[in-house]
Amino acid sequence: MHSPTEPRRRSGVRGRLHRLDAKVSPYAYVSPFFLLFIVFGLFPLGYTAYVSLTDRTLLSSDTHFVGLENYANLIHDSYFWNAVGNTLGIWIISTVPQLLIALGLAHLLNTKLKARTFFRMCVVLPQVTSLVAVALIFTQLFSRDYGLINYVLQLFGIHHVNWESGRLSSWFALSVMVTWRWAGYNALIYLAAMQAIPGELYEAAAIDGARAWKQFLHVTVPMLRPTIIFTVIISTIGGLQLFAEPYLFEPLKQGATGGSARQYQTVVMYMYEKAFAGTQFKFGYAAAIGWGLFLLIALISLVNFLIVRRIRTAEA
Amino acid sequence: MAAVAERPGERTRRRISRRLSGAGPGTYLLLALVGVGSAFPLYWSLVVASHDNSAVSAYPPVLTPGGELWHNLHRLFDSGEVNVNFWTALINTTIVATTVTFAVVLFSALAGFAFAKLRFRGRRALLLTVIATMLVPVQLGVIPLYIEMVKFGWINHLQAVIAPNLVSAFGVFLMRQYIVGSVPDELIDAARVDGCYTLGVFWHVVLPAVRPVAAVLGLLTFMTTWNDFFWPLVVLGPQNPTIQVAVSTLASGYVEDYALVLTGTFVSILPLLVVFLVLGRQIIGGIMKGAVKG
Repeated sequence: MHSPTEPRRRSGVRGRLHRLDAKVSPYAYVSPFFLLFIVFGLFPLGYTAYVSLTDRTLLSSDTHFVGLENYANLIHDSYFWNAVGNTLGIWIISTVPQLLIALGLAHLLNTKLKARTFFRMCVVLPQVTSLVAVALIFTQLFSRDYGLINYVLQLFGIHHVNWESGRLSSWFALSVMVTWRWAGYNALIYLAAMQAIPGELYEAAAIDGARAWKQFLHVTVPMLRPTIIFTVIISTIGGLQLFAEPYLFEPLKQGATGGSARQYQTVVMYMYEKAFAGTQFKFGYAAAIGWGLFLLIALISLVNFLIVRRIRTAEA
Repeated sequence: MAAVAERPGERTRRRISRRLSGAGPGTYLLLALVGVGSAFPLYWSLVVASHDNSAVSAYPPVLTPGGELWHNLHRLFDSGEVNVNFWTALINTTIVATTVTFAVVLFSALAGFAFAKLRFRGRRALLLTVIATMLVPVQLGVIPLYIEMVKFGWINHLQAVIAPNLVSAFGVFLMRQYIVGSVPDELIDAARVDGCYTLGVFWHVVLPAVRPVAAVLGLLTFMTTWNDFFWPLVVLGPQNPTIQVAVSTLASGYVEDYALVLTGTFVSILPLLVVFLVLGRQIIGGIMKGAVKG
């Protein structure tokens, strides 16, 4: 790097002002980020840890320190584990197809296309649509009596599937929403990475007699591995915090219970239910649920990391 | 291979054309199907929004737009019939998204400039801190953040959704990378020799140079803010909603009135859809650039 920029030595007040400016102003320029992060990011984060050790409800003045009681209750809370199971289940059945479709789409887009921008726009159009809109439109499409999806199924002799009431069927509907919104976004990320793969690799593969499919499998996919890991991490963090789609999939859209049998209540929904839906306002307990979710995300990221390292050492 | 004798430029061109296989009719067919799949749900919301409710239950279903859109829009905006004020929601969301976008771009550019071109103690450590904050799931802090907002008296006020979003670690990082690569040190030296203070350098040299990446960051920030749901739902009630909260309130109040609910939904998508049609190329570039930076 070029040596840092220093104003030419000056004498007098102006020079002193310049030196002061050079010394102090950088801190002023980075301070908005840090100040706002401390107030709205760091402080709440630390405070959650404290709140989770109390029996706090909304703003009641008689908050008691209860130690690890919230966590002890959480471990025995079947609703919590139900929510964890739902979250993991929906996450898997929406992430796997989503990333596979994205890979295929990127492969299709990585060709000599006419109307390239048009097709790319088609692919990211769902990304522009808000979560709320996606949830409401698909809830209508999946509705039991007048939904278009059931109408089409009926043509094949399958009648009145009640998507919302079953566990697996509701998970499936939610995974369709997630996949529809995110596959194109991931496809663009893969496409950007594909374009950075050096052409020599394909030439070498072609000389070795690898046809298109083999090239895709043995050149494209291995070269994309860092990007694939990146998208897996992003979809893990996003997928485990799933809220809007299941919240609005519910017929009454305000209880956050995830269906009458809690068949699709996610962890964030459960946290929302305890803290904000209805009249419970159990903030201490909700904060403990938040930390449970954080552990879950950390744990799965760790598993991701171990799997990746395993694959790497196996190859080396 | 005979490529040895060729000029380098020619060789690169040939390599690229060789590497990118041509798109056959199959590719176009598949991509066209994907395009239909992408657009259909949005088209469908327009179809439902432009009929009355009897069309929703029609058999076989109606697949083309009808003539009731104006009527439904009137019900939504002006009839006083619905449980939430959509005018307020649209104005609120515009205020929030615009403020957040300007702040994120400005603060990111300032911090990015400092990290890229100014020397100060703790620079490396602070930059690493910025990057590290990207890994913290902020959702975790929702409960105490809510308590904080109650203490501030900001519940149901727009500050509650604006203030926590005024800065973005991703934005700072993106700007820093861009400024390192695109603003030559000589230019900054020259400005300082001319007597500019650092703020003058920022204003006259850096800000004009970062315009392309500022546009991309601004677009993505605007879209994200417009679509944000969880936090606004928590801190804003139906009396003073953003558009996403308004649509969700509408949907919980008019469960069976699909025409009305999807009219609201369509209204909530439309502004971004227009932005996307006009600036789609930049948005795509932004997503792909973000991917490369990781």
